[in-house]
Amino acid sequence: MSVVEPAAVLPTCPTEIAVRMTGVWFGYDRRRPVLRGIDMAIPRGKLVAIMGGSGCGKTTILRLIGGQLRQQSGTITVAGQDVMALDREALFALRRRIGMLFQFGALFTDMSVFENIAFPMREHTELQEELIRDLVLMKLNAVGLRGAAQLRPAELSGGMSRRVALARAIALDPMLVMYDEPFAGLDPISLGIVGQLVRKLNDALGITSVVVTHDIYESLKIVDYIYFVAEGRIVAQGTPDEVRQSKDSFVRQFVDGEPDGPVPFHYPARAVTEEFA
Amino acid sequence: MNRSTLDLWVGIFVTIGVAAILFLALKVGNLTSVSSAPGYHLDAAFDNIGGLKLRAPVKAAGVVVGRVERIRLDPQTYQAIVSMKIDRGYQFTKDTIASILTSGLLGEVYIGLDSGGDTQMLADGARIAKTQSAIVLEKLIGQFMFDKAAAGNGASTSSGNPPVAASAGSGTGAAVSAGGGK
Amino acid sequence: MSAERRQRQAAGAQRMPADSVTWALRRVGGHTLDSIERLGFAARFSVAVLMHLPGAFRRLQLTLREIYFSGVLSLVIILVSGLFVGMVLALQGYEVLTRYGANESLGILVALSLVRELGPVVAGLLFASRAGSAVTAEIGLMKTTEQLSAMEMMAVDPLARVVAPRFVGGVVSMPLLAALFSTLGVFGAYLVGVKLIGIDSGAFWGNMRAAVDFGHDILNGFIKSVVFGIAVSAIAVFEGYNARPTAEGVSTATTRTVVASSLSILALDFVLTVFMFRGVGVSA
Repeated sequence: MSVVEPAAVLPTCPTEIAVRMTGVWFGYDRRRPVLRGIDMAIPRGKLVAIMGGSGCGKTTILRLIGGQLRQQSGTITVAGQDVMALDREALFALRRRIGMLFQFGALFTDMSVFENIAFPMREHTELQEELIRDLVLMKLNAVGLRGAAQLRPAELSGGMSRRVALARAIALDPMLVMYDEPFAGLDPISLGIVGQLVRKLNDALGITSVVVTHDIYESLKIVDYIYFVAEGRIVAQGTPDEVRQSKDSFVRQFVDGEPDGPVPFHYPARAVTEEFA
Repeated sequence: MNRSTLDLWVGIFVTIGVAAILFLALKVGNLTSVSSAPGYHLDAAFDNIGGLKLRAPVKAAGVVVGRVERIRLDPQTYQAIVSMKIDRGYQFTKDTIASILTSGLLGEVYIGLDSGGDTQMLADGARIAKTQSAIVLEKLIGQFMFDKAAAGNGASTSSGNPPVAASAGSGTGAAVSAGGGK
Repeated sequence: MSAERRQRQAAGAQRMPADSVTWALRRVGGHTLDSIERLGFAARFSVAVLMHLPGAFRRLQLTLREIYFSGVLSLVIILVSGLFVGMVLALQGYEVLTRYGANESLGILVALSLVRELGPVVAGLLFASRAGSAVTAEIGLMKTTEQLSAMEMMAVDPLARVVAPRFVGGVVSMPLLAALFSTLGVFGAYLVGVKLIGIDSGAFWGNMRAAVDFGHDILNGFIKSVVFGIAVSAIAVFEGYNARPTAEGVSTATTRTVVASSLSILALDFVLTVFMFRGVGVSA
């Protein structure tokens, strides 16, 4: 394998649209699709959020983009390549150019922080240990945790492990980074830090970012575009300003945090008169 | 757990594991004995092999010189043909006698070789001419009773007692070679 | 169980009271199909792991680490158990052998019992409980915390990096542990038989050496322990990799590993014993 050069020389996404999804249908169980015809176009270099209620299929979209799942119909292209058509080798090659931040970090618990970030470098490049050391510390520095290099994941707080996972996601200077609920369960300070990091890295490294979240407040601060997913379809989309001023009832319920609206408060049940007769 | 400690422990583990296997092979088992040494084959025919089993030892003067490799019945002569593998270091004369013996009362059955005075030695694949079959306890008792009856009838008129061998067969229990082995 | 079958079974369960016989038959059929499905799944998984074995040898450091966790950490339980089993064998064996005036055969009794059967089987059972369950729990937990997913997304095949080294670690450790178990057992029997009871040391070792054949007894015992090692490691790794990614799922998988491994060891022991020791004591 040839030596991988640092970011400046690595090609960023070659196409205008980094990720395109057209008419994607998917269900874990064939008879109950989670996604019913998703159309999405994520331009290169932009930070896009995918939002929706819990269990609406947001994480599924990320897994489809990464090729961990195969859609029943529709196409997904990443940097112009049809993900489903790739063979194992090509899929692995594509994944080396995608970074992913998993919910709650998914750090390897049997290694130190340093080794977690060095992992993709050691697996996919033949860089010397000294160079790897420098790169790892640079990535850690970018997220503000250079001093925590020798700690183990069990010793990190939630916010810290999220940042380490972020550093690991950008270890190989990917062209696309996907974030699965990066803000879940964080205290306000960590929340702010992670949000800022996502934005800064997106701009500094020229990457495309897809953030799956339901933190509307933080998202409106940092993203370029938002897609709202409900019942397997995209029900609304727009820039943060458009979203703030939207009159769409779903968007309004979501943004304002209303308990009842297009997404009903009551789980389907019998009529009250029948139940308590 | 740093690398060198880990390597050390795995090294210790593998070493004592292999040492245990060697211990079992050498101290508990019989790895160093005859069975793996190169040898040549000799055959012998017996009327009755008694309780002789495969891998039984072949001894000369009490020293193990080989093992029984194969036992089969000759369809023409109805004799048992025993093939033995003898250690290459030992040669036996052409007039060697092969006998089926028992070590002790309850011991294992083995083949004993008694060399003669012949100048020529048995070659690979040769047949030992003189053999002595196993002593079957029932036949011995039957013979004894028959002799006793014959001696008793020598004085008085012979009543033609049939040999008691047939009925003495079953009840003798633990025997030197109880006609067939287990 | 696949999602489809789970739904069908749930639907079937609701119909229970009306038609018990058909319902019972349906359940039996369903379970059988599930078992076959699992078996097929397990077979494909095993093939995949076997294909990644060369990778495990290339990542030597990882494999050594797994030998440490499976083998070295099981040493204490194996050595202590072996010692006690040998001592008990000697005590019980002596009690019975004296009735036939055959005390000097104690060494033979103990050595053959250990080398042919108890060494591989008991060490295998202990190994399954200690190391097998640990491997299943570890892999299951990695699956639950999405570490395996993360690895996949980083274009590293978890089968090569997580599963294969653990499999190799188990297969390598098991025969060594079985041999150590037998050795400690013989030593324990020596302590009880010779030192405690007073059997002649020469008779003990001499009779043993004459009766225990390397090819027939020790080698067969070794083969058994290798086969058991493969079975236990394969089951442990499979259950962990396919555990449901919840705390409950990992716990179920761990129990399943111990139960399935134990049953497999005993069943395989029977089959192997029939093939290996069938001809003992037969004249021709």
